[in-house]
Amino acid sequence: MAKPTRRGFLVGLAVGSASLACGGMAAAVEAGGEAVGSAQNELGMLYDATRCVGCKACMAACKRVNGDYGSLAFERAAFDPDGLWDAPQDLSGSTRTLIKLFKQSDREWSYVKYSCMHCRKPSCVSVCPVSAMTRDPRTGVVDYNKDTCIGCRYCQVACAFNIPRFQWDSATPQIVKCDLCVHTNLAKKGVTACAEACPAGAILFGKRAKLLVEARRRLAEKPGFYLDHVYGEHEVGGTNHLYLSALPFNRLGLPQLPESPPAEFSEKIQHTIYKGFVAPVALYGALCWLALRNLKKQPHDDGSHTDDDKKEGSHES
Amino acid sequence: MSHDDFQRHEAGIFTPAFFILLLLTLIGFFLVGLRFVKGIGAVSNMSDGYPWGIWITYDVATGTAIACGGYAMAILVYIRNQMHYHPMIRSAVLTSLFGYGLAGFSVMVDVGRPWNAYNFFIPSKWQVNSAMFEVALCVMAYTTVLLIEFLPAILTRLEEADSRSLQRLAERLHRKAGVDQDRLMTRIEWARAGAAWLRPRLDKVLIFIIVLGITLPTMHQSSLGSLLLIASTKLHPLWHTGFLPLLFLINCIYIGYSICILESVLSSYAFKRPFETKELAGLAAIIPWVTAIWLSVVVGDLLWRGQLGKVFAFDFYAGFFLLEIGLVGCGSFILFSAKNRRSVRWLFVSAALIVIGGALYRFNVYLIGFNPGEGWRYFPSLAEFMVTIGIIAFEILCYKVLVKILPVLPRLHGRDHTAPAVPVAPPLPQSN
Ligand code: SF4
Ligand code: SF4
Repeated sequence: MAKPTRRGFLVGLAVGSASLACGGMAAAVEAGGEAVGSAQNELGMLYDATRCVGCKACMAACKRVNGDYGSLAFERAAFDPDGLWDAPQDLSGSTRTLIKLFKQSDREWSYVKYSCMHCRKPSCVSVCPVSAMTRDPRTGVVDYNKDTCIGCRYCQVACAFNIPRFQWDSATPQIVKCDLCVHTNLAKKGVTACAEACPAGAILFGKRAKLLVEARRRLAEKPGFYLDHVYGEHEVGGTNHLYLSALPFNRLGLPQLPESPPAEFSEKIQHTIYKGFVAPVALYGALCWLALRNLKKQPHDDGSHTDDDKKEGSHES
Repeated sequence: MSHDDFQRHEAGIFTPAFFILLLLTLIGFFLVGLRFVKGIGAVSNMSDGYPWGIWITYDVATGTAIACGGYAMAILVYIRNQMHYHPMIRSAVLTSLFGYGLAGFSVMVDVGRPWNAYNFFIPSKWQVNSAMFEVALCVMAYTTVLLIEFLPAILTRLEEADSRSLQRLAERLHRKAGVDQDRLMTRIEWARAGAAWLRPRLDKVLIFIIVLGITLPTMHQSSLGSLLLIASTKLHPLWHTGFLPLLFLINCIYIGYSICILESVLSSYAFKRPFETKELAGLAAIIPWVTAIWLSVVVGDLLWRGQLGKVFAFDFYAGFFLLEIGLVGCGSFILFSAKNRRSVRWLFVSAALIVIGGALYRFNVYLIGFNPGEGWRYFPSLAEFMVTIGIIAFEILCYKVLVKILPVLPRLHGRDHTAPAVPVAPPLPQSN
């Protein structure tokens, strides 16, 4: 596998037989490959719910790799006083990614993996008052910086996917969300820990443009097998984390969302009001002028007011 | 106190009410302490789905609106040139100062990493797309402005206080707290000289500060509405609209006037002073017009967005929407009648209805109409309530103590039927 081809890499993952390290290397080549324009180079993942076997290897890998970074901890289940298992119920202040099983009937069920969608127009970045949430324009990775975050939780209010989580039980709480392993696995091995660990090839890591091509290929290959929709292609302006599924996405807890990013709507209004700070300055100027004019009209007798100015005032009311 | 027309409220500080308020304050502050040791989750029911609870909804979003009395009065006095409302401003500014100060305190309790707040002053970290950034800076600036607006009152007091009463104060402090009397007196002399130097200079620029005090709330009160613009997928369509900033702005103005009426009636009642009926009636005449504008924007916007049908769904959300509209509408309707405006009782009832309705609007936007998706639920925990109650108790406590220490309330004699007393910012820039 000295010079792995793209197809070879994909097949390798699909069969789930390629060794993890090789997969990582292959993905690294993908990540650093030819530049086709910035949007083309954005990194992301394609999660195929029909391939996921629910082994949660990705969850374990995520905590193993990112444990210190973001202080992820194990979560105990009520039945497990000895803490033998990590049993998170949901994304949380110590869980960045989570596998859930949705059962529609005995025949129809699907696993689903939650983690940050890495929106192309992320609400969380748009609202963070101190730029603790940032989006790398080159890679498209939405990252969090605990050293600037004030913990206002506006990002949580804003995110349509309810992804950012807060460490409610900590005296020094952080926001926890997937950062595509930019400081850990991605930096070291060029692939996210979850994609690297997945034995079923359900998580494909790579450039968004190529992931989209692959997603469409799968849809075309097995017509009727999948729902004919790549979740994340257009949702809230597009996300770099894409989903394929056979069951309706909103059943899997992925909300039905409009194509226009909420951040665009709010920023448009905010910008209209505060464009170049002209309006506030104009308002201040106008008010000053009015107030000064009013003061000049006042009869001055040591600041106290007589019946005269009472009458004057009542003219206007 | 010489010609200063304000007076201290002569009464003992340690009343039973004082101890009740003190107890509530202590409980609240104990829980705040717990929060800093054990994390926010230990005292509150907030969750990742409802990351903002009543601390933000009440203490910040609603509390600052209730503290808008100073803002609303300043518009009236300085912009609409109705100087005869001047005497109502000093207590309005004082309560605004408390309201905003404690909102700031609540924010520090609510945010998870307050030690990082210095980033607000680092330009490279500024994030001008964020309504929160705008709110934070404006609120900090406005609190400073309120302090400066209140300063002349303190300076005048310092400057003109006759040394006998100061002597007495020093003696008291000496006896009670063991403060060195002579040192204290020289310090006070210094402060007095400083005040005498500062006050005329401050008077010259004060009007510009006051106008800043009108501009800033205009900005951040509308931005408090903008905060929820981003939640287009979570906030119920009855409330989510591009007009949120405008609606919040108008909302804080009518809440501001109504709260002035409530405060005035309540403090007249509590401190056994005559009611300022004449001024109140004048204020009350303004309110229904403001609320009428607000209601037309609400309804017009629903029509325009084609969401009016949601009102007649008569579900949970429609119920709260109708309640909010009903409260504000009823209160305003009462005030349209000039006869009602002269009755203290009707004034009080209608102002209360409007404040509650206006506050409910903010609750609807921040909490009740906010739905992050299936499986999330929020109702504040007892401890969470107690923190908020503790903060409110602290606010009332300070007000009650302060009016007994500083001359805040208008002097009684001589103001019974003629012109009211001296304005809060007494001699305004007369030289220019
Ligand atoms: S999914 Fe949420 S947290 Fe992730 S980038 Fe989008 S808005 Fe931000
Ligand atoms: S909680 Fe932190 S990351 Fe989230 S918006 Fe607030 S400051 Fe930004």
